[in-house]
Amino acid sequence: MLSVADLKKGIKLTIDGDPYVVTHFDFVKPGKGQALYKCKLKNMVNGSTLDRTYRSGESFEPASMDERDMEYLYKEGSHYTFMDQQNYEQVVMEEDAVGDAKNFLLENTKVSVLLFGEKPIGITLPNFINLRVTDTAPWVKGDTSGSDSKPATVETGYVLRVPPFIEEGEMIVIDTRTGEYSTRVKE
Amino acid sequence: MDICNSALHKRAQLMQAVRTFFYNEGFLEVETPLLIPANAPEEHIDPVMVHPAGQLQTSPEICMKRLLCRGYKRIFQISRCWRASERGSRHLTEFTMLEWYRTDADYHQLMQDCENLLRFVTSNCTTDNRLHYGETAINPADEWQYITVKDAFNRFTGTSLKKALATDCFEELMDGQIEPALAKKPVPVILTDYPVEMATLARIKKDSPDFAERFELYIGGMELANGFSELADADEQRLRFKAANMVRTKRGATTMPLPEPFLAELHALPPSAGIALGFDRLAMLISGAKTIDEVVAFRPEDL
Repeated sequence: MLSVADLKKGIKLTIDGDPYVVTHFDFVKPGKGQALYKCKLKNMVNGSTLDRTYRSGESFEPASMDERDMEYLYKEGSHYTFMDQQNYEQVVMEEDAVGDAKNFLLENTKVSVLLFGEKPIGITLPNFINLRVTDTAPWVKGDTSGSDSKPATVETGYVLRVPPFIEEGEMIVIDTRTGEYSTRVKE
Repeated sequence: MDICNSALHKRAQLMQAVRTFFYNEGFLEVETPLLIPANAPEEHIDPVMVHPAGQLQTSPEICMKRLLCRGYKRIFQISRCWRASERGSRHLTEFTMLEWYRTDADYHQLMQDCENLLRFVTSNCTTDNRLHYGETAINPADEWQYITVKDAFNRFTGTSLKKALATDCFEELMDGQIEPALAKKPVPVILTDYPVEMATLARIKKDSPDFAERFELYIGGMELANGFSELADADEQRLRFKAANMVRTKRGATTMPLPEPFLAELHALPPSAGIALGFDRLAMLISGAKTIDEVVAFRPEDL
């Protein structure tokens, strides 16, 4: 258990069964009375925030977080299934928790899954990921329209802007942090 | 950063101005030991212990009152104090305190001292003659507001002081309702007459025994100074120290040794009043700093 003395920015606590991270912390002692420990907290699953004021003597359950290397297996409805690389255990994550990462997930992609207890609450992708272009307008040589990018759809269904010379069927590198085109893969 | 106009320059300028003020008022600057065998036991203040020598002072009050017992009439001190586990945007475990004491005076003279001191340092150390905290500019040259703690609860909270004490939510209401209301005032505010149970070393008001002659100075909603008419009854003082130790035991803190030499000399204390003012916080106000970190040379986390 944690005590008020452990409270500071960045500490993770469990409140009503959900993991929260302390985003702001202050210590006050109004009128030379009891100390108050004031926290702003952010829910690590849904991003909602709350204010809490604690007194000395209160204790907290730390939010034990674990990050594990997993492989994405498949999607069924709004459920994404991943498999732990070490013990072959499978975990199922809701689409909401997967978030924008779903744009870059292909079967067998290696990701890092953040677990709160047994519950998966988020995933981290490699910074760069290779995906094949499945649909884009052909490059017209000698095009002088001046356009320096065009839309392209990749094999996950994600649509992004790519340079005009990218052809259908080509493999490109996408920066998963920004969702933008990075470079072409020479095959 | 312009190193010639840094927070440390402002702090040094303030230090000079505070000294000039007290020398002009005829106060003697004193230095008392920082390492002492016993502080005044207080319910919610934990000293930094230095084994086996004793403890660091949480305030110089014990030694300064003993100087009054020996005949000194007006004294001031700027010294380091330590309070264990206190760290926040307005708290440092090691901080600088300005304390001053007057004999043949009560807390009303101290309030006047506060008005004079704040006007003097503001005109000497700021270019706009204002103190700044949060969004508020405060002009100490304007007429100050005085309000009793009891009235503050009636005016700014949905409940009374009596109920707040009975339900043990004094601090939460002070922090959540009263201080935010005071934060908007463009003048300094003095909250007076604290409940007796919150004034371990203060004299009780003659006409209303539930209250002590204690006040706090608020600027921009920030507590700056705590002053009171001194209790001079050694038996009563011993009882209050023991009561403070009982509360400490209840909240799981260690009991504190009593400052026996102080208790032995207290009978010689003339009617007097004394006050402690957070020097670092005053430095924040003259420089417009948001946190105490901005007005010290090093933060404890950086040592």
